[in-house]
Amino acid sequence: MLKIDNLHAEIDGKTILNGLTLNVGAGEVHAIMGPNGAGKSTLSYVLAGRAGYEVTAGSVTFDGQDLLALAPHERAAAGVFLGLQYPVEIPGVSNLMFLRSALNAQRTLRGEAEASGAEFMKLAKAAAADLGLPYEMLKRSVNQGFSGGEKKRNEMVQMAVLQPKLAVLDETDSGLDIDALRVVSDGINRMRSPDRATLLITHYQRLLDYVVPDFVHVLVAGRIVRTGGPELAHTLERDGYVSIAA
Amino acid sequence: MTAAPTRRLEEWRYSDIAAVERAWPVAPEAITVAAGECATRMVVQDAAPGSATIRQFDIIVAAGASLAFHIINSGGAYGRVGLDVTLHEGARFDLGGVIVAMGEQVLEIVTTVRHIGPGATSRQVVRCVAGGTATATYLGKVAVARAGQQTDAAQSFKALLLDRGATANAKPELEIFADDVKCAHGATVGELDRNALFYLESRGIPPVQARALLTRAFLSDALAGIADDEARDTAEARVTELLA
Repeated sequence: MLKIDNLHAEIDGKTILNGLTLNVGAGEVHAIMGPNGAGKSTLSYVLAGRAGYEVTAGSVTFDGQDLLALAPHERAAAGVFLGLQYPVEIPGVSNLMFLRSALNAQRTLRGEAEASGAEFMKLAKAAAADLGLPYEMLKRSVNQGFSGGEKKRNEMVQMAVLQPKLAVLDETDSGLDIDALRVVSDGINRMRSPDRATLLITHYQRLLDYVVPDFVHVLVAGRIVRTGGPELAHTLERDGYVSIAA
Repeated sequence: MTAAPTRRLEEWRYSDIAAVERAWPVAPEAITVAAGECATRMVVQDAAPGSATIRQFDIIVAAGASLAFHIINSGGAYGRVGLDVTLHEGARFDLGGVIVAMGEQVLEIVTTVRHIGPGATSRQVVRCVAGGTATATYLGKVAVARAGQQTDAAQSFKALLLDRGATANAKPELEIFADDVKCAHGATVGELDRNALFYLESRGIPPVQARALLTRAFLSDALAGIADDEARDTAEARVTELLA
């Protein structure tokens, strides 16, 4: 589904990704772990197409098409979802209006019919209930006044409504207490299906107790230095990244 | 009114003087809110392209009365809405002003709020969007007389510049002769938040639509104070149309 080949990317002339290669098949959950500054967030932004991240070499193919040639909103419509580490607050735009605009913009771009008001409400209500976010909160401005945990739940609500093929979740576990972590993990697990894939980007092994990955990759200095099964996360937790990188 | 003003006058220094002369003379409209009453007023300045319009309101808010005044200033080559507001004891005045200036438009909101009795409150929220080489201006003067103790006055101005050539002017002015007053003012001029733009786009919203959504949200601060849901929806819809 996602093929990243020898990806090099820089920001402000500084190389961050340095020959990253990764294949993610449909139905798989991959975890990418690594120390601060390894390039984890950069990878997520490059996949989502954020301005300022320049790809200098390599390729990214998603479902057979050149992902890097698409604008951010086109990537979203193609099925890529980025769960942000720090979800943005947008005063004056309600969560519902944001989400409905997003869903319908994606559908329009894919040549599908827009969701009716009733259909959308049903989706949003179900997603909010699943993630323990009061529906009333969705009437408020996007993430404004939300706690760290509520923002992350809100990301998962968006994901549940938008139903992406590939979810790239950048430190979705950071800032969550144990209960919120469980709810958010359940949200991720509910999305697991044979035709979807998930890329979990995380510092800690904790999330991976709840969302058990098929593969764990260690990202150091912009490339993947080791790949293993779920047990690799435990090794990392015990021995740290230094032992791997050495 | 006498002769047309010149640019030397502070309150006309950002105006399109040739257009001002076309619109001159101006007959002010008087509004009086009687003691203890509550009134609302919406002024939509949507004059035809190329035209010059000046609307002046001389307003008295009597003791204990309140007025919520909203402006959407978007029409003509030159459009100015001026308010001269006198607040008596315990009166309240709320202003929500929106300016959407595109192309070469020069659009202004100019207010003088006089707190002549004690304990009056004024709240002014003005939000501007300027694109092209347009100019959006807010001049807001708060004058507190000696009798205006416990005045509570606030002015908030924010402008969003969509293009390099656009201009926003903001000038809060305070003239205070009482010693127990609160007069707050703030002004910012900026561009759309890139993080927010990326966030919207990453969810599938095309850039043009994302910008319009954020711009509208920015302006809605000035319309949030419209108490009547239907009137607020109408105002919001009007603004949305302007940005389309």
